[in-house]
Amino acid sequence: MMEEGADLSVTIAQIVHRLKGAHLHSQLEKQARECLHRPEIKLESLKEDVRSFLKASGWERKLQNAVYRELHILPPPGHPAAPPEHTKEPLVYMRKAQASWEKRILKSLNSMCTELGVPLARKRPVSEQKELTNKWNEMGTDEPDLSKFRPVYAPKDFLEVLISLKNPNYDCREGLTANSHWGLIQISLNVRDIPQMREAYPELSLTCSQLGIDDHAHIPPDLFESEHIRIGKKVVSEQDSAAAQQYSRQGCPTGFRAQLWALILNATNEPEDIMHYEQLKAAVIHHDLLVDNLIYKDVKLTASNDDYYFVFEDFLYQVLLCFSRDTAVLEHFSYNSATPPKSYIQGKTGAEEFTVVYPPNGVIPFHGFSMYVSPLCFLYNEPSRLYSVFREMYVRYFFRLHSISSSPSGIVSLCLQFERLLQNHLPQLFYHLQAIGAQPLRIAFKWMVRAFSGYLSTDQLLLLWDRILGYDSLEIVAVLAAAVFTFRAENLMEVTSLASAEAVLADLSTLKVMPLLQVFLFA
Amino acid sequence: MSPSSGDRTIKQDFFPSQQNSIGYTLTSLPPNSDSPDREGRSSVRYKCSMINSILDVLRQRPGWVEIKEDGEWDFNWCDVGWLRENFDHSYMEEHVRICHFRNHYELTRKNLMVKNLKRYRKTLDREVGRLEGAKCDFFPCTFELPSEYHLFVEEFKRSPGSIWIMKPVARSQGKGIFLFRKLKDIMEWKKDGTRSEDQRDEAPVESYVAQRYIENPYLIGGIKFDLRVYVLVTSYLPLKAWLYRDGFARFSNTRFSLSSIDDQYVHLTNVAVQKTAPDYDPEKGCKWQMQQLRRYLTAKHGSEAVETLFKDIDNIFIRSLLSVQKVIINDKHCFELYGYDILLDQHLKPWLIEVNASPSLTASSQEDYEMKYRLLEDTLNVVDMEGRLTGKEKRVGGYDLMWNDGPVYREDVSLETLGTTYQIANTNLGCVNDRRKQLRQLLKPFPGHKRS
Repeated sequence: MMEEGADLSVTIAQIVHRLKGAHLHSQLEKQARECLHRPEIKLESLKEDVRSFLKASGWERKLQNAVYRELHILPPPGHPAAPPEHTKEPLVYMRKAQASWEKRILKSLNSMCTELGVPLARKRPVSEQKELTNKWNEMGTDEPDLSKFRPVYAPKDFLEVLISLKNPNYDCREGLTANSHWGLIQISLNVRDIPQMREAYPELSLTCSQLGIDDHAHIPPDLFESEHIRIGKKVVSEQDSAAAQQYSRQGCPTGFRAQLWALILNATNEPEDIMHYEQLKAAVIHHDLLVDNLIYKDVKLTASNDDYYFVFEDFLYQVLLCFSRDTAVLEHFSYNSATPPKSYIQGKTGAEEFTVVYPPNGVIPFHGFSMYVSPLCFLYNEPSRLYSVFREMYVRYFFRLHSISSSPSGIVSLCLQFERLLQNHLPQLFYHLQAIGAQPLRIAFKWMVRAFSGYLSTDQLLLLWDRILGYDSLEIVAVLAAAVFTFRAENLMEVTSLASAEAVLADLSTLKVMPLLQVFLFA
Repeated sequence: MSPSSGDRTIKQDFFPSQQNSIGYTLTSLPPNSDSPDREGRSSVRYKCSMINSILDVLRQRPGWVEIKEDGEWDFNWCDVGWLRENFDHSYMEEHVRICHFRNHYELTRKNLMVKNLKRYRKTLDREVGRLEGAKCDFFPCTFELPSEYHLFVEEFKRSPGSIWIMKPVARSQGKGIFLFRKLKDIMEWKKDGTRSEDQRDEAPVESYVAQRYIENPYLIGGIKFDLRVYVLVTSYLPLKAWLYRDGFARFSNTRFSLSSIDDQYVHLTNVAVQKTAPDYDPEKGCKWQMQQLRRYLTAKHGSEAVETLFKDIDNIFIRSLLSVQKVIINDKHCFELYGYDILLDQHLKPWLIEVNASPSLTASSQEDYEMKYRLLEDTLNVVDMEGRLTGKEKRVGGYDLMWNDGPVYREDVSLETLGTTYQIANTNLGCVNDRRKQLRQLLKPFPGHKRS
């Protein structure tokens, strides 16, 4: 009991420390000062009166939301003597694997840099700056020569690294037995099975209504939809992050999904957020980074070729180019197993005081990265708003999809969970596929790395992401992957090669995710 | 994310007969009906002058037989040229159906449509009141040239600096259209006399309309788009019109900006024009399905604003049809599938651009092919040569009955509408099109009953 109390006060101290000096803090102080003029504030009961004023005017709610946001990104409490690396990733072998993967990426980036003779960063001449400012809203019309640039890595390269991960303390048995793991992931982590998922995700059960199922055309809206919408409206007007998160578990109505997600993520659009975005935009105008070309290439290869997202090409540049320059993103590396790459100022290689993080936000984009942003364009079109929401989604969830860690939402756990769920649920299918050289993970990996963006139709994808936000976890992505295989099991049992298995699973655009998830977990 | 063969089992390997055949195949669409209760024709002889999706639909309909050359036919999917030359000389038996009305151009030629709408509005102003007349305020200020040239100049001078668009009345696919800001631009054009390459000296001066250009179109991703919506009219007197749930938004190939009026590729969103633009990529979809658009708008503006928008769009169809109701020569043999082009502005107000009597049935992608296939299949279901319908249906496949000599309402009475006189219109543009299920239920005969 004492320990819990101690943990709590540590947490409180940490959160207070983080919020102190934040813009919200100064706003609250300002509000408290100004309200002293109000007639209802009496000297005798100053403290209580100021408190009730802050509550009534909605400021307490804003503080609550900010605290709630901090709780989300706060790493689990660890031993006081543990070094900071443990917060990033407690398992040594994972840290080592992540470090060597990063070395490889960096090597690839550096060699591209040398090969092409393109500097990592370059200040733009004034004429070029002017041109870019004019073209800011239509960068998609630019056709730079990107043929020499290659994506630094693609998901399948990353998969090979994950497959080769080994825990030195764990002895994998050779050969397949009924008890062994038939999949590609060779390590053992604690992932939830179906009964545990049922307990953790009760709102997806057959007896619980939700959007994506119970708002179907032939179901009268009075049974669920109208009431759900009414509650949603209330949640938005109360501006309550925690309530919005709980609400999102049953799906967000299209009409106010944008507000609900912004609320859950506490992604505000205050003047300071807009100003921050404008500063990033100015940084883009002043300097050209090598990674910019990687971003252009990625957008051209993926989002621009998508039937639905091609329209948002310009927004994607406006978000991703700014994202690369946002040093505020570096904060998340305290709980991300990855470490931002460092570069040395020219001529000072080796001297610690001349290192800079490259790119400024520490995130090197890979093939398909822009698909994290594309679905959000559907909801937000003011660039600064779109940007805040994306950045928050990245530092809470997406980063876990391409770094090696033991987190239950990390890609390694998701792969393992997917394989285990499938093996336990449909052992015959799993056995058949691995026997013909079509390991399921080889097909499902690309879906999971992108959280299904670009594979599902937009409305279905948004329903899936509602639940990622609602349950604050990416596990649902692994469950969906297993559910998709289950859905197409009959066809998959007939295939005789990896290529034909891929063909069966090539087109997911007609799938309805909520029924698939519900049936998989509860039926 | 363009669909590939995925998990759709290809039941029959039909070769689509399209002029620019890109090898679309018909996938997983069921045969028309199991054992229809044939009160109507047991076999239908049809003629078809098109080589695109309509031909596939006709060929695959059970019991329908193609007639080539001169033979007697029960059904004719003809083009407007054939109609012009042959309609008046053809005798058609009672059951025969043809896909155009004799003088459809009252609705589909730009100058006539405007004339009819203006006249209808005046009638409404006079007989009902200005408020009612204002409901016809969905087409931009338009003048026919050269006949209304002076009126046009007056209006033009009243709003200096605004942009106008010049369109030939009888052409399609964006041909001959240009934008202008100064009168001298059209002075030159008038003098020039070269309105088109294929015009001969003896030909009468081609009619144009000059229309106020909508300078604040609704943009998505900075790109302008217009909507193509399908309306099926099976009778004008009384007026019976159906609205199809599917449709699409066509995007321009480049970002929208008013600074370059000459770049017709930006402003004209017809797919036909986009196809000739230098950076056109046929693999790149320039279209969104209507459902996607509706969801996008709902996500941006909320469901109430979008419902109002779609109600306003319904209003355009109904009023435009009513405006020509007394002018069109009604004929029980005729039905017509119109392609309406609608443009949204930044205030979410819909504008009528034009109505097409022969909307393109050539598909630009697999998804597009399937949509047009469904549309045409359901069109034939409504026309009902096989006599499977009672005539009392409010929905057939993807078609909702929008007007039946009066507005048509949904029957559902929800708790909210009980006790109020508020009624919801029976239209579902951009909504879920679960047509297969509905058709299965609809076309099953009642147990023990024969269709009357």
